[in-house]
Amino acid sequence: MRFSRNTQDWLSRGAFYFLVFLIVLGCVGPFAWQIITSIKPARELTTLPPLLPSQVTVEHYIRVFERPFGKYIMNSVIVASATTVFCLVVGSFAAYALGRLRMKGKMIILSMVLAVSMFPEIAIVSPLYIVMRNLRLLNTYPALILPYTTFAMPLTLWILTSFFREIPAELEEAAKIDGCSPLQAFWKVILPIAAPGMFTTAILVFIAAWNEFLFALTFTKTIQAQTIPVGIAMLPTMYHVPWGSIAAASVIVTIPLIILVLVFQRRIISGLTAGAVKG
Amino acid sequence: MTYIGKLGKLQVSEKNLGYFLVIPALAVVAVMAFWPTLAAFWMSLHDISLIFRTNRFIGLENFRTMAGDPGFRNALHNTVYFTAVSVALEALLGLVMALVMNGAFRGRGAVRASVLVPWAIPTVVTSTMWKWIFNTDYGLLNFLLKRFHIVSTYLNWLGDGKLAMGCAIMADVWKTTPFIALILLAGLQTISHDLYEAAMIDGANWWQRFTRIMLPLLLPIGLVAVLLRTLDAFRVFALIFVLTGGGPADATEVLSTYTYKVLFSTSNFGYGSALAVSMFISVAIISLVFLNFIRLGSRSS
Repeated sequence: MRFSRNTQDWLSRGAFYFLVFLIVLGCVGPFAWQIITSIKPARELTTLPPLLPSQVTVEHYIRVFERPFGKYIMNSVIVASATTVFCLVVGSFAAYALGRLRMKGKMIILSMVLAVSMFPEIAIVSPLYIVMRNLRLLNTYPALILPYTTFAMPLTLWILTSFFREIPAELEEAAKIDGCSPLQAFWKVILPIAAPGMFTTAILVFIAAWNEFLFALTFTKTIQAQTIPVGIAMLPTMYHVPWGSIAAASVIVTIPLIILVLVFQRRIISGLTAGAVKG
Repeated sequence: MTYIGKLGKLQVSEKNLGYFLVIPALAVVAVMAFWPTLAAFWMSLHDISLIFRTNRFIGLENFRTMAGDPGFRNALHNTVYFTAVSVALEALLGLVMALVMNGAFRGRGAVRASVLVPWAIPTVVTSTMWKWIFNTDYGLLNFLLKRFHIVSTYLNWLGDGKLAMGCAIMADVWKTTPFIALILLAGLQTISHDLYEAAMIDGANWWQRFTRIMLPLLLPIGLVAVLLRTLDAFRVFALIFVLTGGGPADATEVLSTYTYKVLFSTSNFGYGSALAVSMFISVAIISLVFLNFIRLGSRSS
């Protein structure tokens, strides 16, 4: 059968938009199902159909907060924020040196730090566990913040170094001619220009720390320091919690991230791809 | 030497200032990553049990045990299978997604945003979410498959050894394909339009443009993306731990979950460290192989 050029055009566009529809449905669908589950009345969870709830309920959300769920969120906020701050402070100094100063061994330092991103986390869990135990750090925030900072450092340096490198040298030279030391030039000229890069890094580090599971599972034992991923993983086993509550809990944990991602979409994509494309 | 910097009252050269600024970052990495790695190597040569408080040097005995350990062999096999299938699917689907997103159409921004959703969702949530979808009696998957007459009876997705690994792979593919797609998309956008136009003038059709221009130019970036994903899939932990716990009957047990169990269920830290060291070495080998490919690829193009 032969189609006219117009029909062919129309068909290929139709196929294209169908593909687009499939991609969006595939990406968003499973999480949408989780949201639907979280607002279904308990009795409708164990029957299909109906797919959509006959009435919307917030009972599961209330149920979740009857458990000490707020404390998990607090812990996650503290740990992820502290990790982000440490990474930015320590990382931006190092990235400034690696991106802009004349020094030997830059490549060695960068590749050493990058090697860390390839480490299997499980490979260092056993010695770290013993050290944390001996230092009585188990079940404290530092037990998570320290390893998180380390494992987010490659990402931080990767993004920030490339950001710092792109700032025109003339700006810094002008500052030096005006009498600034390198540190002052860094503080007054480079940092403000690199602010978008810092911000991108901050979002990526925060998300990584918010989502981390293995270290949190290993180095924390009680709700004193446990983060949300551990909290969610423990919900079914510890309390024999119904699916509605689990769905509600996972929606609560994910919504802030989704908002963050949607608002800063461009920055996140540029941050994610900066390393791979330039490196 | 010209002294150009002032650090408090100290005069420092630019080079020294550089080292000074790098030291904190290096210290964190050295103390929390490099030192523990060396310690893990050292511990792998010992018989360490936290319960019995033993700590005895036994040389390579742990590695000899590992060679004869069916649990290890099963986990290694599962890990390689999981990694190979997941990454292959992700690369393929990621390429399709990248090509679609590279087209100019209305609502492209919305599509890109929706693609970021799986990436942003915590792995633990991904697992619980899919666990619910895979649920035998109340799961969406069984319901839809039966509704469209693809299956006649409900399948026990996570309880059947043959199906569980497929479920784990599916969840992983869902979560991480967007990452590959975004990197490939960035790669596609660096390819100059002039190249396509020149090819079109020479009479190349879509397929020729795809295989002769796009794929070769995409190869270096694609390899980097595949390397990152391979390393991640090889050390998969949270996804499996929460979705199946390694079951049923060890059908989805991977190296990370097996090592974790040896470490923290039997608290056999010596043998656990040996398992961890084997993972470390595998990851190093994978990286070296890939980096060689990437170097070759970038030299030829």
